[in-house]
Amino acid sequence: MSPLIDIKGVKHAYSTADGPLPVLDGLDVTVEEGGFCAVVGPSGCGKSTLTRLVAGLMMPDEGEVWLHGEQVKGPRSTVGMAFQNPVLLEWRTILQNVLLPLEIVPNALKGKAAEDRARFLLSLVGLEGFEDKRPSELSGGMRQRASLCRALVHQPDVLILDEPFGALDAFTREDLWQTMHDVKAKEPFTAILITHDLRESIFLGDQVVVLSGRPARTQYVMNIPRSDKPTLDDLYTSEAADRLAILRQQIEIAQGRTEAEVEG
Amino acid sequence: MNPTFRKFFVPFVAIVIFLALWEGLVWVMGWPNYKMASPSDLIPAYQRYWDLFLIMGWQTLWRTVVGLIVAIIVGTAIGMIMGFSRTMRDALYPLLVGFNAIPKATVVPIVALMFVGAHDFNTILIAFMISFFPIAVSVSIGLSTLEPEYRDILRSLGASQTTIFWKIALPKTLPEFFGALKVAVTLAFIGTNLMEIVSPHGRGLGALFDSGKTNSDYPLMFAVLIALAALGIVLYYVVVWLERTFAGWAERESH
Repeated sequence: MSPLIDIKGVKHAYSTADGPLPVLDGLDVTVEEGGFCAVVGPSGCGKSTLTRLVAGLMMPDEGEVWLHGEQVKGPRSTVGMAFQNPVLLEWRTILQNVLLPLEIVPNALKGKAAEDRARFLLSLVGLEGFEDKRPSELSGGMRQRASLCRALVHQPDVLILDEPFGALDAFTREDLWQTMHDVKAKEPFTAILITHDLRESIFLGDQVVVLSGRPARTQYVMNIPRSDKPTLDDLYTSEAADRLAILRQQIEIAQGRTEAEVEG
Repeated sequence: MNPTFRKFFVPFVAIVIFLALWEGLVWVMGWPNYKMASPSDLIPAYQRYWDLFLIMGWQTLWRTVVGLIVAIIVGTAIGMIMGFSRTMRDALYPLLVGFNAIPKATVVPIVALMFVGAHDFNTILIAFMISFFPIAVSVSIGLSTLEPEYRDILRSLGASQTTIFWKIALPKTLPEFFGALKVAVTLAFIGTNLMEIVSPHGRGLGALFDSGKTNSDYPLMFAVLIALAALGIVLYYVVVWLERTFAGWAERESH
């Protein structure tokens, strides 16, 4: 079976006043259907560029991005996106916000069926009873939950998560990690998650990709066997500690320190 | 206190206190009415010229509103052009700022000469010229400061630029737009009256003011000022009502 997301040898540079600024240099990422790929790397290494490539919002200079056996050549309605900033529309209710993609995607659910689906997703993330509230009446964590529902409402092939939990406090963030697993159990999706949080990457991902410093290439890939019922306790095992230690070391290498320095 | 009651009662009391202080000040200082008319001097002025106030007030009001509507249409169009295109923003900003910096009182005689006799047109033109600037600036800022994520969410779903404008950019700009409209309302009144006073043609409250000046009827002049203030308040609250209707979501509930 061909993988759902296949990023092959992608190179990309932004043009700046001082000439081209390479951000990606030989990126390879493969995610199977139903997989959850967490991407970590030093700040400014081009992780967000990666999400824009997968979403079809920009084209790479070199290399190819394949989604579901089709090469990505432009925006496609089969992705769902969530960012660090939940970007909910303040003039709409939570329910209307979740329904937004269905107003744009062709052949989407309409009317009652659309509303039922949105209500179902909102109940999955624990926002039952908040459907008619405005975003300004919700806390940051709740807004992010609503943003997640909006990303999932049109049943996208790929969920693109660009540091969606980055601006939340630690407890809210861990709550949302658990929510992600609960949602995935009932509403399976394939996801690519950009994050700065190593614990988040090993708790959510079944694959963790470490990118090198800019220009980024795939530096290290860790596969993580998924337990049937993940809980936060999984983070406090010796396996988890070992994985975190390896990832930390990889990040330090990515930040440009030599292996000798790291070990010393 | 009942909130609706308070909403009308508090401003009412404030106005009564203001009038009482004004009356008291004139009385204590012993000013004659050609120096400073008091509220009690205004009542006979209104009684004597009531029909003139209605006719002239209406002339001032409709020309201000038409000027304002033109300002909204042109201002929004310029704002959209500058909001969506960096090049156009760079090109138009200095021109707009320069135009706005010209005192409109100096433009009045030019316009009056340019379109001799077209009094209604001239007045509307000045009202428009003085009031479109804040609208254009607010719309352009509202559109150009749209966070890229909003655009990305819709673009990744294959939405067109038009869809993005109607679904996100336009509603998101409405609070700024109404803020600018409140400023524009007052400015448009200034524009209308500038034309009516500087280039008198016997129409509008400005002309009534001018005739008060010619006849040394000082209470009449003060009465015109108060009538203008009243019209300004009415139009301002019309804008507040529109804002509540179309951008009520931007209002945070006070705690």
